[in-house]
Amino acid sequence: MTLLRHLAVAVGAGLILLALSVKVTPYRDYQIAEVAAYVVAVAGLTVLIGLSGQISVGNGAFMAVGGYAGALLLIHQSWPLALVFAASAVIAAAAGAIFGLAAARLRGPYLAGATLMLAVALPSLADQYTGVFGGDQGLSASITTPAFLGATFPPTRWQAWLTCAAALITLVLLANLRRSRVGRSWRAVRDDEVAAALSGLNVARLQILAFVVSAACAGLGGALLAVVTGIVAPGAYTLTLSIGLLTAAVLGGLGSLPGAVWGSLVLVLVPTYLTNVTASHGLSGAASSSVPIAAYGVVLIVVMLVFPAGIQGALRRIFGPAAPAAAVPLNALRRRRPASEHEEEGIHEKIT
Amino acid sequence: MRRSPKTRLGAVAAVAAVALAAAACGSSGSPSGSKALTASAPGITPSQILIGSHQPLTGVAAPGYDEIAPASNAYFQYVNAHGGIYGRKIVYKYLNDQYDPTDTASVVHQLVLQDNVYAIFNGLGTPTHLAVVKYLNSSKVPDVFVASGCECWNAPGTYPDTFGWQLDYIREGKILGSYIKQHFAGKKIGYFYQDDEFGMDGVKGLNYELPKSQVVASESYNPAVTNVAPQVTALKAAGAQVVVSFSVPAFTALLKLTSLKLSFSPQLVVSDVGSDPITLAGLLQSFAKQGGATVSGNALTQGIITDGYLPSLGDTSNSWIQLFTKLHSKYLPKLPLDGNVAYGLAVGYTFVQAMLKAGRNPSRQDLINAINGGLPQGAAVAPYAYSSSDHNGITGAYMAVVKNGVLVPTGPVQVTDDSPTGAITTETAAQPAAPASGIPSP
Repeated sequence: MTLLRHLAVAVGAGLILLALSVKVTPYRDYQIAEVAAYVVAVAGLTVLIGLSGQISVGNGAFMAVGGYAGALLLIHQSWPLALVFAASAVIAAAAGAIFGLAAARLRGPYLAGATLMLAVALPSLADQYTGVFGGDQGLSASITTPAFLGATFPPTRWQAWLTCAAALITLVLLANLRRSRVGRSWRAVRDDEVAAALSGLNVARLQILAFVVSAACAGLGGALLAVVTGIVAPGAYTLTLSIGLLTAAVLGGLGSLPGAVWGSLVLVLVPTYLTNVTASHGLSGAASSSVPIAAYGVVLIVVMLVFPAGIQGALRRIFGPAAPAAAVPLNALRRRRPASEHEEEGIHEKIT
Repeated sequence: MRRSPKTRLGAVAAVAAVALAAAACGSSGSPSGSKALTASAPGITPSQILIGSHQPLTGVAAPGYDEIAPASNAYFQYVNAHGGIYGRKIVYKYLNDQYDPTDTASVVHQLVLQDNVYAIFNGLGTPTHLAVVKYLNSSKVPDVFVASGCECWNAPGTYPDTFGWQLDYIREGKILGSYIKQHFAGKKIGYFYQDDEFGMDGVKGLNYELPKSQVVASESYNPAVTNVAPQVTALKAAGAQVVVSFSVPAFTALLKLTSLKLSFSPQLVVSDVGSDPITLAGLLQSFAKQGGATVSGNALTQGIITDGYLPSLGDTSNSWIQLFTKLHSKYLPKLPLDGNVAYGLAVGYTFVQAMLKAGRNPSRQDLINAINGGLPQGAAVAPYAYSSSDHNGITGAYMAVVKNGVLVPTGPVQVTDDSPTGAITTETAAQPAAPASGIPSP
């Protein structure tokens, strides 16, 4: 039932996106593709933080793993694209598993610190092994539009299709995972590790699994983004990216998959829009390049003050007071917090 | 908006002058010469030509290089004020990529897809431009006069729409290498270079000329890491007496300051892109200040050996330098008149040459064809290499030494090719003077 409903929503969204991608300019298609790639990565992160209660400031590093894996496969193998993307996700998931093993022992700020280290350290590997990763210059990750679409088909529309399809598939899988036994167990672990352990759940294994899922999503997102921009280079995977993903997840509403879409839209569109505004007002280079960052901070502060449960939480409050709140407010990150609204989702009855 | 009769008269006069010049040059006022201006290609309307670029306006490569695009734009304003290109005004939109390839990809997509530019002009940087060269060629967007001397742009087969402009790093490496071979025979040589195609092309050119046994150390830096102490320590440990640097200005300054700190004082030989004395002096002073020291930038740049492919700014009797000085004081009073400003003005001149040659209502391909047909020598001291089988730009340079903030040429202009064995010869023909109007004739 749930699966069918999710599929129906995804097919509907897919049809709307298909129509949209044909209507809009090639540049909008490019932006759609960018947003869709970020949606994949942010959705994985929002599941990790909102559902399993672990925080990661390092998912940009997993995007780098996926991006480089994708680029290397495109350069050295002539695999079909779907396989390249799947392999990128699997490789990033493996990296996530290794890291998750260590991370499952860490809590709160210590875990954040460890993931931060990953975000800082991993991209510089590309500079250490320039022969493989191309150093600061990076690797090319361009794809060609398939022949059956014709020579005049806009390449960005094809990229939008690819990334949107990947994003929708990811969202359906994650939505089902959320509603599954695993999702409920994650929430139990998040709410109270001791209680979860007493209920017979393997807390460490569940936490590692959450890391693996979020890393796989980040890896797929990274590979998609690489194909959209045509390049992987260390400059793309700085700490700013990791923080950006986290910001997008929080802005959208932690734990909410539609929230991941809102957050990604903000992540991509706000800086582009502001760059255009500042450029048309003739600000100097240094000033105009700081404006998007400053504005981003302002947006974040305002949203957090006015809508602590993120954009999706706000939408729910405005449009559907009766609907169960899927978005987790920020304070859900606190361990052993008092019972709050989303225990309506029936965790206890399923576990016990 | 109302135009005053005076400017209108000026515009009419300028158009008439251009038309006259066109007639004089042998297009002989054929009916095609008076064809109405049409929107003949993306980015071209009857009144303007929109071109775009990616430039490091902030970040590690910004010091100095951030003057280039404003300088080109100043030249376009000058041309626009004197009749434009067959009456069309050039609109130059350059966006900041912070010398980060990922940002380059993003701003170039924006320029091509959203702004619909006619061409990408003078996109700056080797690692950055490499991120978009495939995309531009697959989209058939003219990618003209890349601000990088990488050999990567000279690939007419793979990248038919891409053209280099400045002296390529292989030719430059050969010219620097042969100078070192002659003047520092038997000395121990160390290389310091950016770890990408820019540095590697330079090293390739140097290696074509210098005996392997003389090179005692070869150290590369990553432009994202500003600590070069490990590299300088290695150069010092190897006993290098001459250090050849293929670096952006910030890293030339870091090399110099780190060497000072480690009491290592080799003779520096720096590629043109990293040796502009005014930019370097400013960087040296500000870096030293950050470290709590006071240095004289001019004293530290004194004696650096480099090469120049534009006339030296110290040569005030040169017609090109006079033109640059005039444009600089009129349009760019806030910027120093340095090598970067000269570069921006000179490459702007080349673009106008190419656009005029492309015709009244050019398609994108017309611009490519125009450059493939060769362009007359412009502000550079050596001719361009442009042909349908060669997309390199300037083919030679003179050797120079930095004295009191300007390049003082120490020898004649030398030209060569980009092959391992091609001879280096002295250019005998004098550089043609700048046109009195400051605008090339079509």
